[in-house]
Formats: sequence, structure tokens, C-alpha cells
Amino acid sequence: MKFTLHIWRQENARAKGHFETYPLEGISPECSFLEMLDILNEQLINDRIAHPVCFDNDCREGICGMCGLYINGRPHGNDDGITTCQLHMRKFHDGDDIWIEPWRAKPFPVIRDLVVDRSAFDKIIQAGGYISTTTGGVPDANTIPIPKHKADMAMDAASCIGCGACVAACKNASAMLFVGAKVSHLALLPQGKIEAADRVHKMVCKMDELGFGSCTNTYACEAECPKLIKRQNISRLNRQWIGALFGRDRK
Amino acid sequence: MKLDSKIPAGPLAEKWTNYKASQKLVNPANKRKLDIIVVGTGLAGASAAASLGAMGFNVDIFCIQDSPRRAHSIAAQGGINAAKNYQNDGDSVERLFRDTIKGGDYRAREANVYRLAEVSGAIIDQCVAQGVPFARDYGGLLDNRSFGGAQVSRTFYAKGQTGQQLLLGAYGALSREIARGTVKLHTRCEMMDLVVVEGRARGIIVRNLVTGDLERYAAHAVVLATGGYGNLYYLSTNAMNSNGSAAWVCHRKGAAFANPCYVQIHPTCIPVHGDYQSKLTLMSESLRNDGRIWVPKKKEDAEAIRAGKLKPTEIPEENRDYYLERRYPAFGNLVPRDVASRAAKERCDAGYGVGTGFAVYLDFADAIQRLGKDVVEQKYGNLFQMYQKITDENPYETPMMIYPAIHYTMGGLWVDYELQTTIPGLFAAGEANFSDHGANRLGASALMQGLADGYFVLPYTMQNYLADQIYVGKISATSPEFDKAEVAVRERLNKLVTIGGDKTVDHFHKALGKIMWEYCGMARNTESLTKAKKLVSQLENEFWKKVFIPGTANEFNPELEKAYRLEDYFELAQLVIDDAMHREESCGGHFRTEHQTQDGETLRDDERFMYVAAWEYQGHGHPETMEKEPLVYEHIQIAKRNYK
Repeated sequence: MKFTLHIWRQENARAKGHFETYPLEGISPECSFLEMLDILNEQLINDRIAHPVCFDNDCREGICGMCGLYINGRPHGNDDGITTCQLHMRKFHDGDDIWIEPWRAKPFPVIRDLVVDRSAFDKIIQAGGYISTTTGGVPDANTIPIPKHKADMAMDAASCIGCGACVAACKNASAMLFVGAKVSHLALLPQGKIEAADRVHKMVCKMDELGFGSCTNTYACEAECPKLIKRQNISRLNRQWIGALFGRDRK
Repeated sequence: MKLDSKIPAGPLAEKWTNYKASQKLVNPANKRKLDIIVVGTGLAGASAAASLGAMGFNVDIFCIQDSPRRAHSIAAQGGINAAKNYQNDGDSVERLFRDTIKGGDYRAREANVYRLAEVSGAIIDQCVAQGVPFARDYGGLLDNRSFGGAQVSRTFYAKGQTGQQLLLGAYGALSREIARGTVKLHTRCEMMDLVVVEGRARGIIVRNLVTGDLERYAAHAVVLATGGYGNLYYLSTNAMNSNGSAAWVCHRKGAAFANPCYVQIHPTCIPVHGDYQSKLTLMSESLRNDGRIWVPKKKEDAEAIRAGKLKPTEIPEENRDYYLERRYPAFGNLVPRDVASRAAKERCDAGYGVGTGFAVYLDFADAIQRLGKDVVEQKYGNLFQMYQKITDENPYETPMMIYPAIHYTMGGLWVDYELQTTIPGLFAAGEANFSDHGANRLGASALMQGLADGYFVLPYTMQNYLADQIYVGKISATSPEFDKAEVAVRERLNKLVTIGGDKTVDHFHKALGKIMWEYCGMARNTESLTKAKKLVSQLENEFWKKVFIPGTANEFNPELEKAYRLEDYFELAQLVIDDAMHREESCGGHFRTEHQTQDGETLRDDERFMYVAAWEYQGHGHPETMEKEPLVYEHIQIAKRNYK
């Protein structure tokens, strides 16, 4: 297959970025999107055309959350329920123009080319996205029975990989789906209820502080989430938030 | 070099209890004065840092990714073993211990393995308390499934994302400590060297991957939790950035490296399809609970399938060879990984392979008929989806195609009972050490070991070391040893960026991987290993003349990262080959074709090789020297490993 790639190039965080165009031929439809970029880089290096295109990637099986490219206007490209590394070239037409950009969101500044800094997500989790336990001294696992459907819902919310596609998809760069998923995962479990009110309060405040935008319920985040995290998690976040504001159990 | 495994005295079942009762402790006021460096944020590193931070030590933790949550533990699919006996099917600490020793083909240290089995239950308790959403039954209690090499159901799981959920649990605990200020997080930082002062590990040199700056960190002790070296083979199930370099620089500085030839090849991975391919995707071993592995019984059927003239679903039952069930009736499709991998290779080499000729079928038709599509989807849905996205085939309708691939390395830094390497103050945990899996790791045991080391072993054993360190005061990062280490790293990087050849790093890495897979992979012999050694040397020489690394060392430069990791792989490859050459027996994942039974099973030589081979670095290009740590089995009856 043959493609014309338009790729965002930016030397570092302070430099001004621009699009560069690179033609590419002889790509197998079985090739993954990142393998296609590997081939491009091999050519850029061999022919001394330019510095290879920098892009984040690691597990290449859709679970680490490291990769994330904005491809033809969609986070992770034109397929549902996948990360960029799981996108295959068979999803494109021969001769296509492909526009490749980094995540565009103020809280995710560009490091180089298509690589962005997502440490804001770590900071939100550090604000309270956990159950406070120290190692040892916990009860036997089966002394905490949890209804299966609740456990399953918690698991679905917990499957977030922190890739940032929800933020990139949102016109306001809101992180509500990311925060909602973590708040839901923990609030659905009896172990997580103890700190639930405090948690939602701290995480939402941190999210606002870091410059993520507001949610206006367009649900682009849900449509683009590679792990198909549901928007109901945002509703649960809102309920938890209101409960935390008016509840009696918050300090 | 003298190896002292420091196995505590007393009966096996009491060793750990006795150790804990008599070890040295550090009082809370003194913990605040002690600094610890943890390298790696996977299960072992994150759990160790979280636990040590919560105890009151000052911890600095480092990872090469942009977040600690991305470490490759995240990709573990199937589950985590624990001797809880929740299923009332005869499990116990003793049983898990025996299964693990036998699974490792009697090449692991008894005391370490027993301790692992002993703390396994507490791991599950800890994870549930953290909110890890393990699978549950309708009654609300925890569910289990079976894994290879066991006849009980002791594997806890969270869909096909168990590693992810366990890592997010540990990441949560780590995040809490970061918020409390006991742990400092350094992301996009790569350890480039270990600093040894007066014989003790006292710090590290790291490269900031964003700016290229070299930074120094000093501490009273260093924990290495940087995973295995499977990417030596280029194509593996490991993540692209997983590498063996941090462990290797410690080896160069004097830490012994044990059993490097023990490499695990996982039987169920999506087969290779092209030269541009960058990795092989694992299909969880849990699929072997319900999936049946087969190839056509008739060669002409296999040929017709390869030519695209016949579909697998058109082959009638009587013309299918369920070779694992045929050869190993007692364990069937759930034999350990090394056994299943070799059996697949045997069938494909004999001409019965499907796809490209290097693939076998993993078929769910029976399970779908027996349980219904819904149940199968619930159990394995995300794995089926992953398979379909990669191959464009629907595994509900046609059998999956799978083939073995490099997955895990049992070898690693040699550690004693306290998980301390031969350099005092340097500890190694998780896949980075060699300690618990012998010559083959059982499925769902890597997660168990990583978390056991981090949550329940290091927090005890490190105190025993640190108790004396309260007298030495703050460690300085301006000593001549730090200066020297930093200069050496700088020179090394400059040398690489100035080679100015015309070939990419990947070109060499792919070539190295092919040599190792071909001649030091699933089957090895004197001839193939001799050849491998020569080819690796030639390739390394070519690398130093012909590689081209664009850009400089002072910028974000992924090509340079690949280059210095590959440089270490060249040395590591030589050691893997030497170790494989010297071990003239077959055990677990190490299969020497000269040493096999008549029906193709591994043939151990307990008389000559019942020991751990610990190698000592002697400088670049010089053969390493080897010390033996004899394996003494006081508790278990040594037997032939039999899964028939």
C-alpha cells in the first residue's frame, strides 16, 4: 500500500511545530500503524532525510497506554475500542493521505514531535485515586464479599489505561472520563467507600487545578475510549461529587 | 567471588518465620535518615517502594516510561497464583511449593520457593484491600481458574487483565506514598550505571530521557526491579522498551548473573507474519483452560491448509491430532509452557504446521458448544477481541493460530535468601533476579513473585542490611566514584553517536534476535551454540563500524536509547550462549538436543548440574568465570518431571 503522511514535527517543548509531508510505499496491509511508522523512520534514517519521528509506544498490545496519536482527526485512529498500536493499515485505503498529530490539550504539553507529557494524570491519581492501605495487616480476601455485578462494574471502570484519548477527543480537554473511571472503580467497592467523599473532592479539585476543561456532555470521550469506558462513570462521578458537597461524612 | 545463599537454619516451613524473628530492625526515627533507590515501577518495584515508603524510609523511584503505571507488568493477562485453597481442591502452601519446584525442573532454591508459597495468600489479601477487582462468583466470593503445571485451581484473575489490575493496585499504593512525600518519583529516567563505593552499592547515574542530562542519585541501598532480558531476541512478548541494561551494568560492576540460559518460550502467541514485525502478542495461558490445541493428523491436510485450499473447520474430528492430550493425558492442554512449546515445534518441524507452517490451532469450538458463546465471551472476551484486531479473523468461528515466542527470563541477577546480590546494598526483585522459578516458570507465578518480593520480602530483608547503615550518615553524590561513573557514561554515549555508519540500530537488533532464536532458542546443541557465538561476535564488530545514530546525546533521542541497550545485549547474548553451552543437560526451558529421552522429553543430569551457575564479569571480550551454588534439596523428593 501507498500513503502520503502529514506528520506534526516539533523539536522540543519550546520550539514552534509544523506539518511535514512524507510519501511512503510498499506497506503491507497486515502491518500495524506503529510498524508503519517504524518503516518510515528506518527510511528517514537510512536516507538521512530527517531526524526520525518521535512517538511514544511500549507494549504494542493495547494495554500500557503509552501510545496515542491523533490520526485523521480521531484519537487512536479510525477504529473502535483500540489503541494506536492495535490499528492496522488494512483500515486505510491505498493512496490515502494520513494526518498524524500529538494529543492536543493544554495539560499535555508536547515533548517532541508526537510525544506529550501526561504526568498530569499521575498527579490526579496522587491526589486521592487509591484506597489507603499500608502493606500487611489487612483482612482475609474472602471476608469482603462483593456482589458479582458490582465487581464487574468496578472492573469495567478500572480497565482505563490512562492513555489520554478522552482528553484529546474532548473539545474542552476535560478529564472527566478518566477521573470518573477511577472514582467509580473505587466507589463501587466496599473497600473504597470509606474514603469516597474525600477522594472525589480531591481528585476533581486537582483536575481543575491542572487546567483540564469542563465537561459539556458531548461524550466524544466515550466514543474514542480504547477500553470502551462508559459515560455512566461520569454520572457516577457527578453523584459522588454532589454527595461529597452535601454529605455529612466529609471532613 | 564467594556465594553465600544465607539460607536460614531450621526446617523448611520455619525458615522464614525464624528469619523474621531474629533479623535486625531499624527504628522509626532512623528510617527517616535512610535513603533507598528503587529502579523500575513494575509489580516488584512499585510494591517495594510503596511498602518501604510507608514504613518511613526515603525512597526515590525511577522509570523509563512517562508514568509508573506503564511498566510491562501491566501486560500480564492470565492471573496470579496463591495457595488459598478457596476451591477446596487440595491446595496448600506445600502443594504450591512442590508444583513450583517441579515446574522449574528441580533447578530452584527450596527455601526461596517455600517462602514464595508461604506469602502468596497475603498478596491476595493485600490486593483486595487495595480494591483490585478480581473475578468473583455469584455469591460474591473470589473465583479461581487453572494454569499450566497444576492440578488445582489456584489462579486469581481479573478478566484477561490481571497484571494491569495488580499493577494499578501497587501504583495506587505508590501514588499515596508520593503524595505523602515518602517516595519521590522520577519518570522518563533511565539508569545508566551503578555507583559502588568501598564495595557497597551507593547510588546510580541516570539519563533524563527528555533532556539527555546525566543525573546522580545517592542512597544507602539500591533495589533493582527492571524486569528481564527477553528482548535480546528482538521478537518477544515483551514491551518495546523493556531491556536488560540496568541489570547488565550492575553485572559489569560486580553483581553475579545467574542461569542466563534459562529463557521461557511461551506456547500461545500470535505467529510471526512479516519482516517489519516489531513484537509478538501473547494469548494468555488461561485460554488453555478451555481451548484445545491441535494440528491436522494427515500431512496432506496440513499442506492443503497452508496452500489456502482447506479450512480448519472442514477437517473432521478424527483427522485432528490433539497432540498435547495425546502425549500428556494427565495434564492435557495444561502442561507447563516449555513442554507445550516444544511439542508445537516438534509438530511444525515434522511438517504438520498450519498458517505459514509455523503455527498450530487453539480451538474453542468445544468450549463454545459446552458453555455457550456468552460464557466464553465473558471469560476471554478481551483476548478474543485482541486476536481479531490483530489477525482480522474471528476466533469464535475459526480456531486461533498460535506459535511459541520468547516471553520471560528465569535467569537474572544472582541473589541470596535476602534478595541481595553479590554487591552489598544492591537488591534485585521480580524478573530481574533469578531466584524462584528454576529452569521454567509456571504460569501466573511471575505476578506472585514480583509482589511477594516487593510487599513481603524486601521490606524485611532490607532492614537487616540497613540496620548498620544508620551510622554512615548521608551518602554524598560528589565522591570520586560518582565522578568516574558519570564520565564513563558520557564517554560511552559520545562514542555511540559518533560512529557515523549507515545502518539503523533495529537492523542489528533484528539480526541478533534471528541468530539467538535460530541457534540458542527452543532447541540448542554444541554445534548451534558454537555457530551462534561466532555470528554474534561478527555482528557486534559490524555494529561498532556501521551503525548510525541520528541526533546527539543531549536531546530526546529514542534511537540512542535503543543503541545503548543493544550494546549491552551483545555482551549478554555471549553469556547466554556460554551458559547454554556449559549446561550439558536439558532442564525446563533449556533444551539441549543431545540430552533428551526417546520420546523427546528433557533429560536432566542431576549428578553434574544440580547447581545454580553464577557468572562473574571479567571485562569486555573476556570469557566470564563461573561459580556454582549447589542446590540442596532437604525437603522435596527429586523426581523425573512427568506430566503424562
